Amino acid sequence: MKEIILVKYGEIALKGLNKNTFEDMLTKNVKRRIKSLGKFVCTRAQSTLYIEPENEDIDLEEAVKRISKIFGIAALCRACVCEKSFDDIKEQSYTYLNDILSYAKTFKVTAKRADKAFPMKSPEICMELGGALLEKFPHLTVDVKNPEVTVTVEIRDTNAYVHAENIKGAGGLPVGSSGKAMLLLSGGIDSPVAGWMMAKRGVHIATIHYVSPPYTSDRAQLKVEQLCEKLTDYCGGIAFFCVPFTEIQEAIKDNCPEEFFTIIMRRLMMEIAQRIAEKDNCLALITGESVGQVASQTMSAIGCTDAVCRMPVFRPLIGMDKTEIIEIARKIDTFDISTLPYEDCCTVFTPKHPKVRPLLEDIEKAQNSFDFEPLIQKAVENTEQKIFNFQR
Amino acid sequence: MTVYLDNASTTKPCKESAEAVMLALTENYGNPSSLHKMGLNAQLAVDSARKSIATALGCEAECIYFTSGATESNNLAIRGAVSAHGRRNKKIIVSAVEHASVSETMDSLENQGYEVVRISPKNGVFDAGDFVREADENTCLISMMLVNNETGHILPVKEVFSAVKRRFPHIITHCDCVQGFMKLLVKASSLGADLISLSGHKIHAVKGVGALYIKKGVRINPIISGGKQEKGIRSGTESVPLIAGFGSAVEKLASTIAQRYERAYELKAFLLDKLSGIEEVTVNSPADGSPYIINISMQRRSEIMLHYLEQNGIYVSSGSACSKGAQSGVLAQFGVNQKDSDSALRVSIGCETTEAELEFFVEKLKEGIENIRT
Repeated sequence: MKEIILVKYGEIALKGLNKNTFEDMLTKNVKRRIKSLGKFVCTRAQSTLYIEPENEDIDLEEAVKRISKIFGIAALCRACVCEKSFDDIKEQSYTYLNDILSYAKTFKVTAKRADKAFPMKSPEICMELGGALLEKFPHLTVDVKNPEVTVTVEIRDTNAYVHAENIKGAGGLPVGSSGKAMLLLSGGIDSPVAGWMMAKRGVHIATIHYVSPPYTSDRAQLKVEQLCEKLTDYCGGIAFFCVPFTEIQEAIKDNCPEEFFTIIMRRLMMEIAQRIAEKDNCLALITGESVGQVASQTMSAIGCTDAVCRMPVFRPLIGMDKTEIIEIARKIDTFDISTLPYEDCCTVFTPKHPKVRPLLEDIEKAQNSFDFEPLIQKAVENTEQKIFNFQR
Repeated sequence: MTVYLDNASTTKPCKESAEAVMLALTENYGNPSSLHKMGLNAQLAVDSARKSIATALGCEAECIYFTSGATESNNLAIRGAVSAHGRRNKKIIVSAVEHASVSETMDSLENQGYEVVRISPKNGVFDAGDFVREADENTCLISMMLVNNETGHILPVKEVFSAVKRRFPHIITHCDCVQGFMKLLVKASSLGADLISLSGHKIHAVKGVGALYIKKGVRINPIISGGKQEKGIRSGTESVPLIAGFGSAVEKLASTIAQRYERAYELKAFLLDKLSGIEEVTVNSPADGSPYIINISMQRRSEIMLHYLEQNGIYVSSGSACSKGAQSGVLAQFGVNQKDSDSALRVSIGCETTEAELEFFVEKLKEGIENIRT
């Protein structure tokens, strides 16, 4: 019995003339993610990617788990490959579905006949196979409305496929198909979620993080690196930039009014981020801001921060509640890392009473009272880069 | 000459493991919970071991929790799961051939008012259906070992767990994987277990360290309280040296599971072939069991034969070593009669076992059978 993985495209299927580019990217992403499990042959036909393991020892369960996190996929399933004859489909179904049907109570059969040359029509296939399975597993009953197990038969060009468990894919577009953007990653709950959401729309992510030793610890940086590693499950390779930020923070503290501290800090972070982003060919910045969450995320504060930005800033969480963000963080498994208790640079020197509705004019005046340019240049120069690739 | 054929009891620590222990003892001796660099380095050593074990088990690093050994892992898994999920559901299903760290724990839970259902094999074979049929709404836990430590029988864990989970997703599944980890191709995902117990010293690491795999999203309660190490599941300062040694041993062995299995299979076949010539010997291990464990009976009392072999530098076990020779009843469960149980010997193969050693063992066994008065 031969088992393969069928991967059905999401939105890509709707693309026109450049569909091939998207398909290439998706195939490349899939191949890269399962390479370490063994040799696979990937072929494409009829908006489906067929992933065939070259030998039987390959851990298909793990492969499915990995592929289910790749963007650009609507659904996937493990399926048994049958010859295009009803007898073979029936025989193979008996053994292939034995595990799942033995302990199920209700089931139904659906059929998709893409190859119209197949002599039986879809309803006939359903009836015949349903009957055969009922005979083989007499404890089952048919329930077409709410079955425990849905057996699907697909008659395609080269083979027929039988499967019983459709797994939802991650949706979205293949990572890399929408260009590259720089994610400001603090180590909190929001920013990894923001990165994940943009990656879902096909954006290739690079990350930037600011460290302020001795105010922040090695563990805080390590935590952010762990987040990057986690994100590679979804985003593939990630370039990680680590900016030394102590001097700048101390300079703001010494030279600017306390109530503007956070906003000026954020403006300087944006400035540094876009300089590095430009060098790394990124087309936009991504942050995890959500309107009104904290003082620096009010509309006027965001306006003041945005005033220094030359490239678009994407804020995919802008309209989301914290609970909604946490829900995603748990789903993508970054929540437990994000909540590790190490102080990051955003919380160093936080003012007691930050300005909630700052005026751009006041902020600019305060910031211009000190020449940050040499410090910015120094920080950019001393930025360290690491690459995180999907490992395992 | 020392012929060590008691690898299911414990193994000789490998060089890599011993070196990792030494490094952590002499240089990397910080407390992983300390905020400074020494602490961080110790934490990194623990995390790296965690990752090696997770990779070998095919899971995420954060699913691995270090303990003092498999006995603690089994206790933590069972008591922790029951305390978190057994307030209303008082039924526990378990195989009748478990290691004492599971079976004794079950006895104590039974005394506390839990209903423990013990499933026995029929004619030496476990039927997955027997477990599945017992599962119901009131069951909180099902616990099964993967490989029996006395006979090498492989239990249908995957089949049982997946069937049980499909019908009653709330039931927590626990697998004592001590004799299977690093010996069979065991993956957490394919086993369908929520909790998996592992031991270090059975796989050429040092004694005093083990691990418990806890599936993401599965909640168990800790059984000891303290400084909330291991995410609060197992308080107490991590034993960095032992953990690092465990990690190194796993890292070394992980890539050779298939080759070593094949080698053990050959050695088992070789041994059985040699034994087939001795009339008195019967084999208690199944043909399709783990090739690492061969249990035989030879019509002479086990303990006497064990000491006879010992005089010749050969080390084997009578029954399981943990019970110090006392009969555990496991052989009887597998249909071995009283007389054969009394004369049972367990030969267990390790990474360094050779044909010559097995040949020497058979030779001395023959001598023993001739010389020991019945």
